[in-house]
Amino acid sequence: MNADFTTEELAFQSEVREFLANEFPAELKHKVDNRIRLSKEEIVRWQKILHKKGWMAPNWPQEYGGTGWTPTQKYIFSTEMGLMGAPEPTPFGVTMVAPVIMAYGTEEQKQRFLPDILESNVWWCQGYSEPNAGSDLASLKTMAVRDGDYYVVNGNKTWNTYGQYADWIFCLVRTDNSVKKQEGISFLLIDMKTPGITLKPIVLLDGHAEVNEVFFDDVRVPVENLIGEENKGWTYAKVLLTHERTNIAGVPRGKRRLASLKRIAAETDDGFGGTMAENADFKAQLAEAEIELQALEYAELRTLAALSVGKAPGPESSILKIVGTELAQKMDEMTVELAGYNCLPFVPEQFEEGFEGEQMGPGSSAAAAINYFNNRKLSIFGGSNEVQRNIISKAVLGL
Amino acid sequence: MDFSYSEEQQMLQESVQKFVMQKYDFYTRDDIIKTEAGYSTENWTMFAELGWLTVPFSEEDGGFGGNAVDLMVMMEEFGKGMLVEPYLSAAVMGGTLVANLGNDEQKSALIPQIMEGGLITAVAYAEQGSRFNPLNVKTSAAAEGGDVVLNGAKVAVLGAPNAQILIVSARDSGAQTDAEGISLYLVEASAPGVAITPFTTIDGRKSGDVTLTDVRVPASARLGAAGGAAAALSAVIDRATLAAAAEAVGAMDSLLAKTVEYSKTRKQFGTAIGTFQALQHRMADMFIQCQLARSIVVRAAMILDGDDDAATKAKAVSSAKSRVGKSIRLVGQEAVQIHGGIGVTDELDVGHLFKRVTALDLMFGNAEYHLQRFASL
Repeated sequence: MNADFTTEELAFQSEVREFLANEFPAELKHKVDNRIRLSKEEIVRWQKILHKKGWMAPNWPQEYGGTGWTPTQKYIFSTEMGLMGAPEPTPFGVTMVAPVIMAYGTEEQKQRFLPDILESNVWWCQGYSEPNAGSDLASLKTMAVRDGDYYVVNGNKTWNTYGQYADWIFCLVRTDNSVKKQEGISFLLIDMKTPGITLKPIVLLDGHAEVNEVFFDDVRVPVENLIGEENKGWTYAKVLLTHERTNIAGVPRGKRRLASLKRIAAETDDGFGGTMAENADFKAQLAEAEIELQALEYAELRTLAALSVGKAPGPESSILKIVGTELAQKMDEMTVELAGYNCLPFVPEQFEEGFEGEQMGPGSSAAAAINYFNNRKLSIFGGSNEVQRNIISKAVLGL
Repeated sequence: MDFSYSEEQQMLQESVQKFVMQKYDFYTRDDIIKTEAGYSTENWTMFAELGWLTVPFSEEDGGFGGNAVDLMVMMEEFGKGMLVEPYLSAAVMGGTLVANLGNDEQKSALIPQIMEGGLITAVAYAEQGSRFNPLNVKTSAAAEGGDVVLNGAKVAVLGAPNAQILIVSARDSGAQTDAEGISLYLVEASAPGVAITPFTTIDGRKSGDVTLTDVRVPASARLGAAGGAAAALSAVIDRATLAAAAEAVGAMDSLLAKTVEYSKTRKQFGTAIGTFQALQHRMADMFIQCQLARSIVVRAAMILDGDDDAATKAKAVSSAKSRVGKSIRLVGQEAVQIHGGIGVTDELDVGHLFKRVTALDLMFGNAEYHLQRFASL
């Protein structure tokens, strides 16, 4: 039993570190460190750098331009990315729709869509959730009715992340109303420029609209954009949902957060002549968070070790989602606690591209409340933590 | 990276599993607890025959050369059976102290006997005022001629009523909480001036308070250099702390398995209570706590077996014990709660597992103590 990397893995780790040190643009790093949002152009620029190195698609097979990495190499890569603060590629194309196209798409669909995803020429977004279909996704109502060589789509999707940047959307649509709800769903790819699609931004608690509602009003979609068979979409969707998500636990990000919390605590007065780093209760909270990260890291490594010997990623990964998100939220809460009055000013634009002024408050206190609010989403999206507990109950405990 | 057990570790695990399954059912255990000795000498002989008592000793000392992961593997299985035999106190703690600090003469006199099952030791280090800090030692050791005279009182000496030899920490010099000045002495349990007040612990083990009144031992009874035992004592307690955490991981696995099983068979309102989401989510949380506890114990065991310095190892142990303590409370309490009334009765093993993990939380320092120690290291 050992947690050591092999000589080859260590060499790979050095290569990743060197690459990130040299190639992750300094302006982007500055923005990430100061919690300023990256623009679409900046994200695409970074993804193209990754692609040039051949590292855009760690989860793709080599025949499609993936890396062919082992699970451990993928782990090392995402860990180093996280420690550097380098953003992972936006997941909707490369991580979500691409594996579905590879598994169920036609040869023509693969050639048409995959290269543009790999080269970040096309931005994808997700059309899954609906106002009345959240955790119970299969009850979705957006209809697609066949009309000659087209499907006519009507309905609306919601929680669509960065739809304002997107060229294409992958959608779950209902193609049969007469059967069990899971059996009448199809998987459709839709060009966002098609007439009849409108976007309505949803402003979140941080004052920013990173998500949208998407309305479909008699949107005509060529039948060649259907993935696989009609009414089999739920099967494909589940593949997407259970597809291995790298770095689901968020340990590297957590380590960055913890280091930043320690730094801020040392600079924050406790009001009684000392600093918050010396406050007994806060010290205990910091220690507890650090220990939780260690437990989480080893839970992840144990899962990874099982993957490496060919075992399928089990429902145990639900643990990583639950614990990882709860810990991230706990650290957000601690940041708010540290910030005190400094997190009261609500100035969302200071985290936007183009803001010229000084960020308000010392350290990252300006962002404390904003992040706390925004990150409540962590335990809600990607299968809410309650849904994850259902998965553990059923799939692991057999209840 | 490899998290699987070696062939030897698998064999060790299977041998303990087999023993627990065949020889240690709940009722047999209860009978053993009710005997005067409070443990089974027959089992102890079997431990020797199976080679388990050699696990903590190096190959040079004639032992199995077990590392922390080996110890973890065994303790988990012991935890499932809630063993009351003094394995941890005698073989792991006492044995390791003799092996690490003893001179050739002491080692050759004691180690073979320990491994054969003929000698049981207990480590007397905690005091009423020391709480969980093993380096807080008031018991005094005064040189008199060629002898040393010990005076003081030790509390909660695990396995003391079973032991022939006590390994006693005492202060040769220095202030009460100095690391320097602490020595360990081999003291016959039957020596004049040694009084043991035995008690059975909440989880069925034998323990005892020990008073030392003008206990005279020869200077040759000292283990290691005068006043220099702090590092070795801390290291052994760290190892025992990890062992206790691993034992809790095993016991918590049992608690979860029994709770899930019970919830599938117990019917109320016309259906198995395990179909209620309110209970399902609580059991899912128990599972999460079990997995986090296992993960952090594996981490600590690997670090103990690695090349890190003593402080890093101590920190890893405190991290594990603190985290496991947190898991213990949730898993133990929820197991009882989900069992309902039967969970608080003496007749069901679940309540006894709850008592065992509760005792394990506080042994060698509870979650709060180790959190504080982690933060200070």
